[in-house]
Amino acid sequence: MKEDKLVIGGHEFNSRFILGSGKYSMKLIDAAIKDAGAEIITLAVRRANTKEQENILDYIPEGITLLPNTSGARNAEEAVRIARLARELGCGNFVKVEIMRDSKYLLPDNAETVKATEILAKEGFVVLPYMYPDLNVARDLANAGAASVMPLASPIGSNKGLATKEFIQILIDEIDLPIIVDAGIGRPSQACEAMEMGAAAIMANTALATAGDLPMMASAFKSAIEAGRRAYLAGLGRMLTRGAAASDPLTGFLHD
Amino acid sequence: MIRGDIMDNRFFVDSEFLSEEALLKKHELENDPKSRKNHMEYLPGMEIIESDVCESVIKQMNSYDYNRYTASDVKAALQHDTCTIEDFKALLSPAAEPFLELMAERARLETSKHFGNTVYLFTPLYIANYCENYCVYCGFNCYNHIKRMKLTYEQIEKEMKVIADSGMEEILILTGESRAKSDIEYIGEACKLARKYFRMVGLEIYPVNTDEYRYLHECGADYVTVFQETYDSDKYETLHLLGHKRVWPYRFDAQERALRGGMRGVAFSALLGLSDFRKDALASALHVYYLQRKYPHAEMSLSCPRLRPIINNDKINPLDVHERQLCQVLCAYRIFLPYVGITVSSRESAAFRNGIVKIAATKVSAGVSTGIGDHESKYTGKDADADMGDEQFEIDDGRSLETMYKDIADEGLQPVLNDYLYV
Repeated sequence: MKEDKLVIGGHEFNSRFILGSGKYSMKLIDAAIKDAGAEIITLAVRRANTKEQENILDYIPEGITLLPNTSGARNAEEAVRIARLARELGCGNFVKVEIMRDSKYLLPDNAETVKATEILAKEGFVVLPYMYPDLNVARDLANAGAASVMPLASPIGSNKGLATKEFIQILIDEIDLPIIVDAGIGRPSQACEAMEMGAAAIMANTALATAGDLPMMASAFKSAIEAGRRAYLAGLGRMLTRGAAASDPLTGFLHD
Repeated sequence: MIRGDIMDNRFFVDSEFLSEEALLKKHELENDPKSRKNHMEYLPGMEIIESDVCESVIKQMNSYDYNRYTASDVKAALQHDTCTIEDFKALLSPAAEPFLELMAERARLETSKHFGNTVYLFTPLYIANYCENYCVYCGFNCYNHIKRMKLTYEQIEKEMKVIADSGMEEILILTGESRAKSDIEYIGEACKLARKYFRMVGLEIYPVNTDEYRYLHECGADYVTVFQETYDSDKYETLHLLGHKRVWPYRFDAQERALRGGMRGVAFSALLGLSDFRKDALASALHVYYLQRKYPHAEMSLSCPRLRPIINNDKINPLDVHERQLCQVLCAYRIFLPYVGITVSSRESAAFRNGIVKIAATKVSAGVSTGIGDHESKYTGKDADADMGDEQFEIDDGRSLETMYKDIADEGLQPVLNDYLYV
């Protein structure tokens, strides 16, 4: 079997776990890297915009790809400004576009997200847009130059799992970009299920941040994601979900 | 409302420094309701906005009979995935008091879902304590004999430098409520200075019109705090006897004007202990709830100040709002509005604040002074030669930023100094 790499915007990664940024602590970042094997870590630019003694940037070791996000942006224009600021701060070319006009559920604004993606992709950013799983919007994002599409599984922080499963499956089937499932994954089993479906990677934060034993939960996610990925590669898609497969072909009687 | 079982605060204090004429006027205001202006009537220059939020809040508050709720209502409320207004009313009722530990557990879960283990730190900076109002419980009230002061721009900058050097990144600028002494331009300049030293600038000043909020936003402020004190307008009338603050509905709409003026977020509160705290807590949360539905992008937060002693009146206290009741209110807020910030100020003790950040609070102040121009002496121990103005109220928790940071970290929480960008 050839090496199984996650490729985003021409960059290769071995790990398919991405640490989100919502709840943060230095312990969480440590566990994500050491125990979950994360190679990509999301960073809220607004959180990095600090002079505090424990700057989150100081905790990111070399070799880890930073994925600055535009949280706090309420429209495309603000997201673009935050992305440019991230680049100035030395966070690299990756950016996760997230635009929210709702402080209660923090649901992404798909229309503004398409606009911001188009502008930032033209400026040379590797754009990973966070979105509500809608096929038409996902196509627009792909056409706008997105490097990946990041549909939400359920409301952010809810730990409710794959509430949008059917729609994420449609994106996986129809969009020729890595589909990274973001937001709402509460358990390793849910991460595993998304990977079995063909998701390219999982982004999680709260599930780890609110766990009793952080390092142990981080390693549980690592195993679950790897198991789901292997199951997908092994051909789970060919398994029948209804009834059983006959051991002899049902059409074996046909002769000419 | 008559509450025979509860002592009322004695607010009226006559200073020996007041002229006979001033005393006469003061006593007339205190004793003769007819001598006071109509508190529901706008003064010239006050913008009136069309809004249905106030009506929705007050209707709910007036019909709230908290004695009607039973233990089974409380249990049901705690079992629901989504806390309805009815559930919230049950959680605020006396029937919920025996369930405080269960409420705290649920509140902690909601807090961790929405905020993880983070606790934000900020500090207030009072730049002036002149006030044109007679609010009987407040140390800055115009009849209270205190040392008045307004910092110059140089003094403001010096104070800000001292605070910024301590590591603080979020500041809340406060003034007494005097448009004459602390006008919009003065406050705007203070915001511009603050933007140089801090990442986040909030304001707690007298309520202003939409265009003035817009100007202050352009100067660098992005968060507006206005305390309604009490949502019971009849009670409000008996506590705010003179000045523009007496106009209750203009104050109620302040947050909405601030949001229309482009501010990112707004903060709310009643001053618990002034009136019926259960009704005030209900109204505060519903004020947030209805405005959030109308302005879904806005960030909102609740505070929970209780009455404190002031200079020349050390007997003022929060009456029936003990720590248990305050904790109940905060847990109920968290369960009903899991996404809003909850701020607990230095009015509360270190022990209470250490406990409540683990349950519901997401923001605490540190290195606090409610006086004017005294940060250098308080932060560096230097005996500053500068003038200082008196304090608004006595604080309880005097911990510095450094101590607070360490204490929060020791509780297993993550102190955060900034999570904000001005865009």
